Amino acid sequence: MQSFIDGLIASGVFGGLPAEAIYPAMMFLFASIVVFGFVLPLVTITIWLERRVWSRIQSRVGPNRVGPQGVLQGLADGVKNILKEDVVPDAADRPLFVFAPYLLVWGFLATFVVIPFSSALVIADLNVGILYIVAIVALSAVGVLMAGWASNNKWSLLGGIRSAAQVVSYEIPAGLALLPVVLLTGTLSTQGIIQAQGWAPWDWFLFHSPFTFIAAFAFYISALAETNRTPFDIPEAESELVAGFATEYSGFRFALFFLAEWGSLYVTGAIMAVLFLGGWQIPTGWTNNTVVLNIAQLTVFFLKAYFWVFLAMWIRATLPRIRVDQMMSLCWKYLVPLGFVNLVGTAVWMVIWPEGNTFVPYLMVVGTLALLVIFFRRVLYHLRRAKPELYFNPAI
Amino acid sequence: MSLAGYEFEVQRDDGLATEEMTLNMGPQHPSTHGVLRFVVKADGEIMRTALPDIGYLHRSIEKISEKVGYHGFMPYTDRVDYVSAMQCNQGWAMVCERAAGIEVPRRGEFCRVIACELGRIASHLLSVGTMVMDIGGMTPFTHAIREREKVNNLLEDLCGARLTFNYMRIGGVAWDLPPGYTEQVTAFLDQFEPLIDEYNDLISYNKIYVERLANVAAVSKEEAINYNLVGPNLRGCGFQYDVRRDEPYSIYPELDFEVPVGTGEVGTLGDCFDRYMVRIKELKESCKIVRQCLEMIPDGPVLARVAKKLKPPVGDAHVRVEASRGDMGWYVVSDGSEFPYRTKIRTGSFSAMSIVDKLSRGLMIADLIALIASLDVVAPEVDR
Amino acid sequence: MSPTEIHQRLQDQHTDAITSFEAAPLDPFVLVKPDSIVEVCRFLHDDPDLAFDCLTNMSGVDFLKEDYIQVVLHLYSYTHRHAIVIKADVSREEPSMPSVEAIWKAANWLEREIYDLLGVVFTGHPDLRRLLMPEDWIGHPLRKDFVEPEEYHGISTRRESLLK
Repeated sequence: MQSFIDGLIASGVFGGLPAEAIYPAMMFLFASIVVFGFVLPLVTITIWLERRVWSRIQSRVGPNRVGPQGVLQGLADGVKNILKEDVVPDAADRPLFVFAPYLLVWGFLATFVVIPFSSALVIADLNVGILYIVAIVALSAVGVLMAGWASNNKWSLLGGIRSAAQVVSYEIPAGLALLPVVLLTGTLSTQGIIQAQGWAPWDWFLFHSPFTFIAAFAFYISALAETNRTPFDIPEAESELVAGFATEYSGFRFALFFLAEWGSLYVTGAIMAVLFLGGWQIPTGWTNNTVVLNIAQLTVFFLKAYFWVFLAMWIRATLPRIRVDQMMSLCWKYLVPLGFVNLVGTAVWMVIWPEGNTFVPYLMVVGTLALLVIFFRRVLYHLRRAKPELYFNPAI
Repeated sequence: MSLAGYEFEVQRDDGLATEEMTLNMGPQHPSTHGVLRFVVKADGEIMRTALPDIGYLHRSIEKISEKVGYHGFMPYTDRVDYVSAMQCNQGWAMVCERAAGIEVPRRGEFCRVIACELGRIASHLLSVGTMVMDIGGMTPFTHAIREREKVNNLLEDLCGARLTFNYMRIGGVAWDLPPGYTEQVTAFLDQFEPLIDEYNDLISYNKIYVERLANVAAVSKEEAINYNLVGPNLRGCGFQYDVRRDEPYSIYPELDFEVPVGTGEVGTLGDCFDRYMVRIKELKESCKIVRQCLEMIPDGPVLARVAKKLKPPVGDAHVRVEASRGDMGWYVVSDGSEFPYRTKIRTGSFSAMSIVDKLSRGLMIADLIALIASLDVVAPEVDR
Repeated sequence: MSPTEIHQRLQDQHTDAITSFEAAPLDPFVLVKPDSIVEVCRFLHDDPDLAFDCLTNMSGVDFLKEDYIQVVLHLYSYTHRHAIVIKADVSREEPSMPSVEAIWKAANWLEREIYDLLGVVFTGHPDLRRLLMPEDWIGHPLRKDFVEPEEYHGISTRRESLLK
């Protein structure tokens, strides 16, 4: 990014403007492009995808009216929400009530600063990237708690309290699950972590050792909890707390809650892809064109990220919600000790095999493939038993 | 933290002043299954009490009966429990027949039982579906509703209505089975019965689901009888009693079916999971009953000749019907005129609601949802 | 046990409490003096041969012409699978009788409902409030001489006939 701007300055595009003014301005421009040209469409597509995937699992059809296959549904919903009346309850704490959704959106938008899309496309490759993500994601907890408190509604308050307890608790296993990767690479920069991996599955940190494999899923579970996804959607538990912290919100502010929820879902997937799936790594040497290379990297990165997003949707459609005390015991009794075991285990692994074990990654890849094969055979068996024409008909 | 750790009195050190939070759960709340209200006194997530407040759906059905006559009251009975209206029809028809001494033709009894058991399937499907949805699993609900729609189609073929059937008459049923009905119902049962097992695969033994329901709000057998819990709620406590089998009416004595009871397979006997599981097992039994009825059904009339202005002799009559939500008591007092002098309907949900206050103490707010769902409370039946 | 036997057993123990016994109707019933309903019910519940462990139904009937309100208890024994009906007549002017809530918890709400709709006061009931009607409702709707109020909180209860 910086080199790109340097190049522009050198070519004299800006005339004689001082470099100190150009850098922030260009950064701001680029961030705006990313937010409006990329993140918002991304979120609406994710919402549409979730609703479609969900409805297929539930033997329904899902939104299919707006645009081809209903892909513009998110746009329609957004327009509808913006046109709706923005109700602020009389007894609400007005400034906090108004501000809370922005804080929530801010919390997830800011993570896009360090999430790379390809080897060249990253807003800022901070050297504290991972730490930054862990810190900034916690902002959403403040937003949710603020929304819950300011609504002056007991259901909202309960939702806010639940969310605070949940996000603060799950920060710890999430952070612990990141540490093995940091140990392995010795860097916190997202680009550095990706560069330490390779394009092939056996070069990914997911299959580096059994400890990183477990750490990946521990992180994924914790991330689901942090983003209030099923089975951890207790802060907005629809059947218990009406809509939790979002009960009193309407119109555009309510849409912002949605935006943040599905946005952070993509962030979760992206972090998983960065840390454990080799990020944008693709086989090199087949092209010299930087643009083509970056587009290929972007595609690969998206596929990897959306794999985890899809998994979250699948989980949401399958699992019921757990109770508050079970959520806490899962965190403190299982995930936190597991995180420490992983951390120490990875350290020991690194002492024994400083360059990484050459055999275990292959074994783990083969094992995972075998599991996948068994799984898909089961899926096919069930599909044959059901009526496939119902599920594979794109016209419905 | 298991649930057993929560005692009614929450231990706390002296220090910060705390106070109970009073939560109004309902009348508009996503999981109160109609219009119910609970006044919840909560200490954080743990409830001290949940006092039910009913009457939001009180339509004075008992009073209406005094004005519309014996035949005219039949459509109103649909509204007593609109989730399984068939058994309410049957209850009213039976109590009037008992008061007036009317004999129902044999084919009419078979039609009634077929309709009732199909209605029971529909009701239990809705019950287990919404229960899973209250716990947070969205998919099983749509799967249950998909099957329920097919049952509704069958009942529509039978009587033209999908929810409030008004199918039965005093002295029999309004219409005979339509042509080809046996094949239709058999085809449905053939594809539905394997789905019950699939439903178990999908959700019943899901780890999270079991954890949410096991050991929650267990009712002992004595307590259940004292509070007059009935139907699946009573059988969930491990007490094998079914009005269809133990106080037989209609043609149930000739039929062969099991009475499933709760076994405490994942936790305490009589907890929410047992009540849920009894309903799942009853789906199978209902299928069995319908199959038998379709085989055994004789030819003949379906409706006895009953006076247009029915005037039962002075006196009173009481019958008990096994409705979807359990033993339903119908009591009618006749003064010899063409209008019932007094009707009283004692429903399963009514007694189930009265035990909520006792069971809810010390539970968490999330457990209250599971409790209401597992008791299968339907608001119109509570208020009538 | 048949109703006659049940009555016989009851008669042996509580002669004074029982007004009459009717074996002829569909559901044979024992008419009990309202003041002694608790001891009769306690006996029916506790006696091992009777063991009426369940109150299946409890209703009130307003007999306007005869000028009394009849409270009807349908008892059932899960242990012995027999049933009996207990009836008690209370006056219309000041209807009052002891509560059987201590014997069967099921009576709690059933008595509240009878209190709500017919105005029978059950003495000794722990929580005798209106159940179905609003707390500030005036009158008892299931009484035969109940006249619907013209309005409730300023909302008219009358409306034009749609047939005009």
